[in-house]
Amino acid sequence: MSDRIDAAFAGGPAFVPYLAAGDPTYEASLEYVEALDRGGADVIELGLPFSEPIAEGPTIQEAVVRALEGGMTPERFFAFVEDLEVEAPLVCMTYYNLIYQFGEEQGPRPFVERAAEAGLEGFVVPNLPAEEADPLRDACDEFGLDLIFIVAPTTRGERLERMRERVSGYVYVQARLGTTGAREDVSDHTNASLERLADWDVPKAVGFGIKTGDHAERIVASGADGVIVGSALVDIVAEGHENDEPTAETAARLEAKARELAEGAARGANPENVPQPEQP
Amino acid sequence: MTELETSDDGTERTPSARENETEHEGDDRSLEDGTFGRFGGQYVPEALMPALEELEDAYQRYVLANEDGFMDEFRRRLRDFGGRPTPLQRADRLSERYGRDVYLKREDLVHGGAHKLNNALGQVLLAKYMGKERIIAETGAGQHGTATAMAAAHLDMPCEIYMGRTDVNRQRPNVFRMRINGAEVNPVDAGRGTLKEAISETMRDWSQTVENTHYVIGSVVGPHPFPAMVRDFQSVISEEAREQCLEQIGSLPDSVLACAGGGSNTIGAFHHFTADESVSLYAVEAGGSSLEVDEDAGVAPNSATLSTGTEGVLHGARTHLLQDSHGQIMESHSVSAGLDYAGVGPELAHLVESGRVTPVTVDDDAALEAFHRLSTEEGIIPALETAHAFGFLHEAAGRDDADEVLGDSVVVTVSGRGDKDLETVIEETEKRGLEAAPDLSVFASEGGLR
Repeated sequence: MSDRIDAAFAGGPAFVPYLAAGDPTYEASLEYVEALDRGGADVIELGLPFSEPIAEGPTIQEAVVRALEGGMTPERFFAFVEDLEVEAPLVCMTYYNLIYQFGEEQGPRPFVERAAEAGLEGFVVPNLPAEEADPLRDACDEFGLDLIFIVAPTTRGERLERMRERVSGYVYVQARLGTTGAREDVSDHTNASLERLADWDVPKAVGFGIKTGDHAERIVASGADGVIVGSALVDIVAEGHENDEPTAETAARLEAKARELAEGAARGANPENVPQPEQP
Repeated sequence: MTELETSDDGTERTPSARENETEHEGDDRSLEDGTFGRFGGQYVPEALMPALEELEDAYQRYVLANEDGFMDEFRRRLRDFGGRPTPLQRADRLSERYGRDVYLKREDLVHGGAHKLNNALGQVLLAKYMGKERIIAETGAGQHGTATAMAAAHLDMPCEIYMGRTDVNRQRPNVFRMRINGAEVNPVDAGRGTLKEAISETMRDWSQTVENTHYVIGSVVGPHPFPAMVRDFQSVISEEAREQCLEQIGSLPDSVLACAGGGSNTIGAFHHFTADESVSLYAVEAGGSSLEVDEDAGVAPNSATLSTGTEGVLHGARTHLLQDSHGQIMESHSVSAGLDYAGVGPELAHLVESGRVTPVTVDDDAALEAFHRLSTEEGIIPALETAHAFGFLHEAAGRDDADEVLGDSVVVTVSGRGDKDLETVIEETEKRGLEAAPDLSVFASEGGLR
C-alpha cells in the first residue's frame, strides 16, 4: 500500500482536488495541476479521460471531451504524470475499459505496472464495483498501489463489507446521489454515510458537490478525514478556456481556490471552530 | 417462460444442447454471477448497484418464479394490448425468387410496429410490481422509446425518454409518437448524438433518481440482470416461431436470420432455437459504408460489433465493442439508427465466440435495396434494421454454397415496420440512385415528407 497516501492523511484533514489530465491542453493542464499542489493539495486525483464517463455530470464530461480532443491517451497520461512536478501523491481516476485494454495482454496488470512505474499511488474507478474488482485489486497488491472505492449513499449491508475487504488508501464517500457536480449546499447523506464507515481503518474522504471552503469546513467538522473537490475546480479551467484567459491567470485562480478549500478543511478539524452540526 | 415439450416435437437435440437449455430455463447461469462465458457482469457506478440488486431480486421472483402471477399478467397484456402471437408468414415471392421456403416472423405487427414492445411492456409492468413511480428509457431509432411510452401510458406511469439529437432529427415520426403518448423526450447533444450518448445520459439520470425510478434498457445490453431479463421478455419471438414452424412446416427451419444492433431482436429470435443444433443462426450486423475504421478520427463507418469489435467494458457489461487501440469507444455508423450502436449484448458475444451464432454484415446500400425489394415484392415496408436481415438473405441466396448456408427453409424476423424510416429511405435512395427502387424523386425534391 502507498505510504505516501497514508502520510497525506496522517497530517490532518486532507484536501484532495481532481482535474482531468490534458484539459484543455497537455501543457496548460500540467500548470493547473501544479497550481493545485502549491495551493495545498494533499493528494491529487488525476482523471484519465474516457469517452463514456457515465458517473460524471456535465462539468467533468465536458472536461473529458476537451482533453480527448487535445489528444490525451493512456500513454500520454503516464508521460503527463512523469512530467508533473508536484509534492502531493497522485491517484488515477478512470474507467475500467482503459485499464483493461492497456498493453498487449487484456486485463489490468500492464496498466497497473505502468502506473507504478510512472509514480502513481492508486486508482479510483467509478464503474468498477467491488464485485468486479478482484483482478485490479490483485495487480494493485503486486505493485503496491491503492484501490479506492466509492461508497454511495445507497451502499449498505454485504456490499459495504465487500468494499471494506478490498479498499486501501482511503475510501471515497459520495456525499449525494447522482453524478459529480458542484452544488450550493452540503448533503445530509454525508453524516449517515460517515457513521456507517466509522469503524473502517482507512481515512474517509467526502466528495460530490463540494464547492467552497465553507463546505469543506463543514464536511470535515462532521467527521470526514478529507474532502474531494472536482467540478468546482474544473469549472475554473472551463471558464479560463472559454474566455481565452492566459494559462498563468487560470492557474493562479486554481491555486487560490485550492487554498480556500484546503484552509476550509483545516478549520473544520479545529474543534473550537466547529459550526452547528448538520441534522441527519 | 413456458417451454415447449421438446421430446414430443420430433426434433433432435443433443444432450449438451439440452443441458444448455436447462440452464436457460431454471437456475440460469447468468444468475450465478451475471455472466455469459467471459461476457456480462456489472460495471456501473456504485450508486446503481443497490438498484441492480433490487432488480435482480424482482427478476427472480416475478419473471422466473411468476410470483403474484406476474408472467401471467405479462402474457395476457402481450396478447390483449400487444397483439400477440404474431404470424409466421410464408413470403411467396421471396420463396420463389430464392428457391427455398422463406418465412417471415412478423414482429412488425406487434402494437407499436416493432418487437420492442415485448420488452418495454415487461419492464414497465415489472417496475409497477416493484413499486417504482417513474420510468426512464433511452432510444436510438425511437422504436424502444415509442414502445416504452406506450407501455407507460398503458400502465399509467410517468415516462421520460433520452434520445440523441441526431436521432431526434432522423426519426421524427417516433418523436411525435412518444410525445403524443405523454412521454417527455429529452434530446442529448453529447458526442455524435446517437444511442451511445443517450444510454450514458439515461444512466446519469438513473444514478440520481434510482430510489423511485426504473430504467427500461432497450436491448440485451447493460449490467446484469438486464441482458438476461430483456432476453426472457424478447424470447417470446422464438418461442412462438419455433412452435409455428413445427405446426405450419412440420419441422424446424434450417436457418434463422435476425438483424443485430444491441441484440434484443436477435436473442429474441434465437433463444428457443439455440439448443437445436440443426438450425443455423445468423446475426446480421450493419456493415455501414465500410468495415474499415478510421482510428485517428475515432470513427467506425459501421456498427458491426460482433464481426469486427473487440472485447471491452461499456455501459455496465463486458462485451464486444467498437473501440480504438486505447479503449476509447468509437462512433459507429449505420443508415439504420436502430443498429447504430458501438456495443452489443454480452450473451450474443458469447454465442458468437462459442460458435453457435454466426455474425455477418450487410452494408447500407444492400440494406436499402432489400428494403425496396420487400416493400415492392411482398407489400411489407420493413424497418431499415430489418432490411439488413433481408439483405443477407439476398446475398447468401446468390452464393454457390447457398444450400449449405441457408438450407431449404429460412425464418427471417421482421423486427419492425419501416414507417419511421421513410424520410431516411427517400433521401438515401435518391442520393445513391438505387435502380431497384421506385421513383421517389418527387418526394426527395420536396424535402422528403416534411
